[in-house]
Amino acid sequence: MTADIHRDDLASKTGMWLFLFTEMLLFGGLFVVYSVYRYRNSQAFHLAAEELSVFIGTINTIILLVSSTTIAMSITAIQKKNKKLALLLIGITILLGLAFLVNKYFEWGSHIREHIYPGSPVLALRGQGDVLFYGLYFFMTGLHALHIIIGLVFIGVIASKIVRNKIDSGNYVLLENSGLYWHLVDLIWIFLFPLFYLIT
Amino acid sequence: MNTQKEIAEPSYLDYKGRYKGLFSWIFSTDHKRIGLLYLFSILSLFVIGATLGLLMKFELIAPGKTIMGPQAYNAFFTLHGIVMIFAVVIPGLPAVFGNFLLPIMIGAKDVAFPRLNLFSWYLYVTGVTLVIISQFAGEGPPDTGWTFYAPYSFRTTGTMLPAVFGAFVLGFSSILTGLNFLVTIHRMRAPGMTWLKMPLFPWSLYATAWVQLLATPIIGITLLMVVAERTLHIGFFDPSLGGDPLLYQHLFWTYSHPAVYIMILPAMGAISEIITTFSHKTIFGYKFMVVSVLAIAFVGYFVWGHHMFTSGMSGTALYTFSLLTFLVAIPSAIKVFNWISTMHKGSIDLQTPFYWAIAFIFVFMIGGFSGLILGSLAANVHLHNTHFVVAHFHFIVFGGTGFAFFGAMHYWFPKITGKMYDKRWANIGLILFFIGFITLYGPMFYLGFKGMPRRYFDYDEVFHAGNIISTMGSWVLYSGLAIIIINLFSSLKGGAKAPSDPWGGKTLEWTIPSPPPVENFTETPVITKGPYDYK
Repeated sequence: MTADIHRDDLASKTGMWLFLFTEMLLFGGLFVVYSVYRYRNSQAFHLAAEELSVFIGTINTIILLVSSTTIAMSITAIQKKNKKLALLLIGITILLGLAFLVNKYFEWGSHIREHIYPGSPVLALRGQGDVLFYGLYFFMTGLHALHIIIGLVFIGVIASKIVRNKIDSGNYVLLENSGLYWHLVDLIWIFLFPLFYLIT
Repeated sequence: MNTQKEIAEPSYLDYKGRYKGLFSWIFSTDHKRIGLLYLFSILSLFVIGATLGLLMKFELIAPGKTIMGPQAYNAFFTLHGIVMIFAVVIPGLPAVFGNFLLPIMIGAKDVAFPRLNLFSWYLYVTGVTLVIISQFAGEGPPDTGWTFYAPYSFRTTGTMLPAVFGAFVLGFSSILTGLNFLVTIHRMRAPGMTWLKMPLFPWSLYATAWVQLLATPIIGITLLMVVAERTLHIGFFDPSLGGDPLLYQHLFWTYSHPAVYIMILPAMGAISEIITTFSHKTIFGYKFMVVSVLAIAFVGYFVWGHHMFTSGMSGTALYTFSLLTFLVAIPSAIKVFNWISTMHKGSIDLQTPFYWAIAFIFVFMIGGFSGLILGSLAANVHLHNTHFVVAHFHFIVFGGTGFAFFGAMHYWFPKITGKMYDKRWANIGLILFFIGFITLYGPMFYLGFKGMPRRYFDYDEVFHAGNIISTMGSWVLYSGLAIIIINLFSSLKGGAKAPSDPWGGKTLEWTIPSPPPVENFTETPVITKGPYDYK
């Protein structure tokens, strides 16, 4: 209801950074839980981690890193008033994000076909360490995938704003914020990847 | 000068925007209207929560079943806890008075993100709705207590999911409010308002906002884990699946102890404003007040273990948490000392808000000292899970935050509504409230010390006398509350018109008309002096 429109890009970015803090703490709680159970069940976590496909994990890491680059490049493109290039780069980012999800889908699918999912009787027979490892695996990668989906929607909205010229070289803080969010999602994966796939 | 401005600029209550009626409120992004949205939601929930408390006290008037059985009693204290903690006390002062006054007190037109601010209120309403749904859906209301302790929280047949998810949503609302305030304070202070020229209420909101932002995500993820535990049987906290219930307690209190400071810090800020204004004297030790607020917020992160002294921790952990608990009392004591020193040689104007502030100091001290008793290890083993704990946290949370809330309400009521209230009835309400409060919670210290456990609908015959006194106190308290609320509401219609500065306050909100115009300030104020410039 405020009559005049107040715009403060630095405030928007500060707000985004603060929000990213909360996201980090959200996952931080899970990292604490992970460390406690890894410490208590190191043998089981070690063996279970060897069953995950390092290949798909690596591909997904590369996909996310490249997508972080493309969204960062799209900001430069907007700054240089190259709307087409910016949209192209954002399109690539979205495609890469979708590719990540597709990989994740096949990865989860292969586990579930082997009857490894939370609450599965087959998993329960394998012992508590495995139950906890896969419980954490599904919960943490699932929450991360949810963040990917939210990020994709966010970036999609930004793209439509660029098409309608609501975001241009003079006003691109929203694009920067979506970039920040995307980098955070990327960063969290950078931690999830070694915790679940590499430390064996 | 003021009258001219009032004609030129309609107040936020008279402003005609795009919407009319109810929509002009629930679609408004004006921080003042959002503050009032919160005020009405929180007051309604407070009355519901208080009524639940009243009924629980009535159950305890005699041993055995009086009006409800064990299951109903469990459901009552669970709902009472969830509503009072997550929906009333945590958002209470920041969301109501913070929203209304923070921008005005730092000379801004609104908060940094007005639409996000409105969104927080929608989240709040969603969270509350989920909690209400949990009462009527499924196989019966939740019965775990507001702490949702594992493993019971995923074994009980009560409808836990909406309640737990509701608490999660309320937490998210609280995070966004904190985020909004942090950016507002960093970016929108009026020209000349340096950090050390900022009044203490905004300072306390600043410290609170950091706690909201940095602690709440932990409970967010913990509650999500409980949801996953119940739906997917993951085994985070279930011993039969290898999980650890103690880990739940750690994660829960990592948030929920700092949450106590979300409740009490803004209360301290409001009390600082009231005491300065009615003593007509600069606050004693302004910088110490600022540092102590920040210190409480900081040290408050590291004391959560004192909720778990009897749960099973290493000796080193016990000593450390106990020591830190004692340390956090120091900045609180500095604040009490400075409040008293502010009154010393001031020209005190005995008005209703000032009485509330004095009552606050009294009950807060009792609550604080009993906290030290609970913080010492040996005493804690004896007192843990007794009524002593119930008395302690009601003295802090209800006595501290509740008294400050009503104090703030009587202090800023003229500014918010543009009307004066009936001071005589306000004082009568306060006296009944205070007497009822002491009579209700005072005996609980004794009962707890004698060994009466909390969270039971029944008790041994030896505790009968104390419980009768306590229950009668609840009636006095409730009638005091009724008088206070009725008095304020009837003043909305019949009250005299409030001047822009009825109390002789010096902070910025008293320089603009009551009720404030939509844009708060016709000209952005330029600050040259400290916040409490009494000569």
